[in-house]
Amino acid sequence: MNITGEELILACSAIGAGLAVMSGIGTGIGQGNAAGSAAAAVGRNPGAKSDITGTMLLGQAVAETTGLYGLLVSMLLLFVKPLVG
Amino acid sequence: MNGLILADASADNIDFMIHGLFSYNLFGHEVWITTSHVCILIVMLVLIGFAIVANRKLKHAKEVPEGLQNVVELMVEKLQGMVGNTMGKHAPKFANWIFTIFAFILLSNISGLFGLRPPTADYGTTLALALITFVLIWFNTFKHNSLKEIWIDKCSPLPPWLPIWLPINLIGDIAVPISLSLRLFANVLSGTVMMALVYGLLAKFAYIWPAALHVYFDLFAGGIQTYVFCMLTMTYISNAIGDDD
Repeated sequence: MNITGEELILACSAIGAGLAVMSGIGTGIGQGNAAGSAAAAVGRNPGAKSDITGTMLLGQAVAETTGLYGLLVSMLLLFVKPLVG
Repeated sequence: MNGLILADASADNIDFMIHGLFSYNLFGHEVWITTSHVCILIVMLVLIGFAIVANRKLKHAKEVPEGLQNVVELMVEKLQGMVGNTMGKHAPKFANWIFTIFAFILLSNISGLFGLRPPTADYGTTLALALITFVLIWFNTFKHNSLKEIWIDKCSPLPPWLPIWLPINLIGDIAVPISLSLRLFANVLSGTVMMALVYGLLAKFAYIWPAALHVYFDLFAGGIQTYVFCMLTMTYISNAIGDDD
């Protein structure tokens, strides 16, 4: 069985894409932290629920960015194939 | 290989890419009219049509609202509350713009439900929106602050005669439109790709239950990202204005 260089690069790109989306681990931890803190805050002060929810969503969206960068890198590796000449 | 815009997915039945419809030459460059343009046009026509109908309706508004007048008043009140909470006394100046991008992004994001490819899943669209925010931020910075104040702000936390921190602050400012646009783009794109994978790879099993995924990816994620984009735009502009009176 002969493996051409291009096939090797494609296989490695697939592995790299899988590794890139592992940036979602940190995003998940961060978003979970934010949601947990928001739940605690609502428990202490139920009257401020709508404000807390808005702040939580905003913070989670900002925390999500790093995970999305990982997603974009994996998308580029899989579909645009920048490493294949 | 024409790059991301016209690249074909590797499998035949998975289709989430942007397709070029026809191309023309602009000063020697090959420019494509793509499905994104068509979808943006459809979204714009729907919004303009709704605006005209609502305008006709509100020309002879009733004391006790009914029907469409109810819906329009509800939307305007909600959005005015959102802008007012975030921007305070500067809200009236920016309310119209925030309404516009809110309606456009929301309708773009949920247009996946109607069989369109969401225009916000094209980086060109989101980058344009984020660049408008960027221009607004800098316009308001220069309008409401003197050059000296801006210099001191860009040199912080170090004293203004020691501008070592200036490049880092400038990079942080340039990162604003990039992160703003990539966040919206990647969220909508991930939803589009997931739905394409479900319909393409699981076509034989994709009955009824993808509706739940549509609710999550199109309605929930689309709504949240719309909210986040508008909130961040308002927060950045408020910060740029500062506590100027």
